[in-house]
Amino acid sequence: MSRPHDMGGRYGDGPVVPEEEGTVFHADWHKRALAITLASAAHGAWNIDVSRHARERLAPMDYTRFSYYEKWMAGLADLLVEAKLVSREELAGQAPAPSPSADKTLKAAAVPSVLAAGGPADRPSDIAPAFQPGDAVRTRRLAANALVDGGHTRLPRYAAGATGRVVRYHGTHILPDSSAHRLGDAAEPLYAVAFPASELWAHPEHPRDEVVLDLWQSYLAPA
Amino acid sequence: MPHDDPDHPHSLLPPDPALRVKALETILTQKGLIDPAALDVIIDTYENKIGPRNGAHVVARAWRDPAFKTALLEDATAVVSEMGYYGRQGEHMVAVENTADVHNMVVCTLCSCYPWPLLGIPPGWYKSDAYRARAVREPRAVLADFGVALPEDTAVRVWDSTAEVRYLVIPERPAGSDGMDEAALMDLVTRDSMIGTGLALPVGRSAP
Repeated sequence: MSRPHDMGGRYGDGPVVPEEEGTVFHADWHKRALAITLASAAHGAWNIDVSRHARERLAPMDYTRFSYYEKWMAGLADLLVEAKLVSREELAGQAPAPSPSADKTLKAAAVPSVLAAGGPADRPSDIAPAFQPGDAVRTRRLAANALVDGGHTRLPRYAAGATGRVVRYHGTHILPDSSAHRLGDAAEPLYAVAFPASELWAHPEHPRDEVVLDLWQSYLAPA
Repeated sequence: MPHDDPDHPHSLLPPDPALRVKALETILTQKGLIDPAALDVIIDTYENKIGPRNGAHVVARAWRDPAFKTALLEDATAVVSEMGYYGRQGEHMVAVENTADVHNMVVCTLCSCYPWPLLGIPPGWYKSDAYRARAVREPRAVLADFGVALPEDTAVRVWDSTAEVRYLVIPERPAGSDGMDEAALMDLVTRDSMIGTGLALPVGRSAP
């Protein structure tokens, strides 16, 4: 039931290597990968949850061996074919045909306003908040999408079946488990939930440490 | 739509990463689906215009102005928007304050969520497997990789960015910085101190 992106708590990855603040990109192709991804998304053929899931469902061997922007490129290529914006033959080297979607292409003059506008994820919802700050809650026993087998979810495995307390209410947000599969926004209440480190790990570093996750109401039950 | 295609289309592209990006850019440009001039504007935005000095501006103001800090902790999205720092990957902002009692640290274990309008594009280590895997389980060991050791009685609170909410850490204000103006305070605020893997610089040193 797992996918390789869900790596929180994993052992064996070695040290984190700090880097200076000045370097934004480490290679020219990294810049192009970022820009191509953002510009392609402007066609509106997918949302952010669909694009995250496209990277997550790379073959585990690819997800693991690809560097960061290689994952982006692979996810993008797969999405472009699925959305029928590019054909398999074109990816394989056949001469590209002009696209009927070219009229929606992001132009240079529109970039600042598009980046500034962002893509807010809060939406109205008929689902009333069931919890408030201070309430004890328990997460689903399995970190799995309840709608689609093997589908996208934002409950990491390390926090499944754990008891914590609500520390903040964020309003009602798009449910990624639905949105990633084009099943609609399905907005519902979203909370920040704090878990004692001792609830998550066999050998916590410190008795007072906590991990806080943003979790949707349907991931939670009263505890 | 199938979500597990055993024959991923991306494998049709050249395997070398730089050639792969070039091939995709060429295909999309020839199809009219991307405008190379727009790519240049996107790159210039994140290379030169939007970066961690935005966040440092917010932190320096919070250090100097208690009413501003209260408003920031209450509704960061509204406050940073007024400063012109709203945008992609910063649509829902929350600020968390470090004190002698609690040290906050931010990670995204599932991908690489990060407050772009305030801090820019995340550094390589933030996106690394090692940080994503370890920050939630052993934050103090990760802090040691950054040369940071916390007092024994300070609790660590790690925020795993699992939704579209983006977190900014307000580091503790350095001793001896009373009376410093906003520009001088900004120089003490490093990118890492706003992620929680670093502390603000002591008075006398300066962020890049």
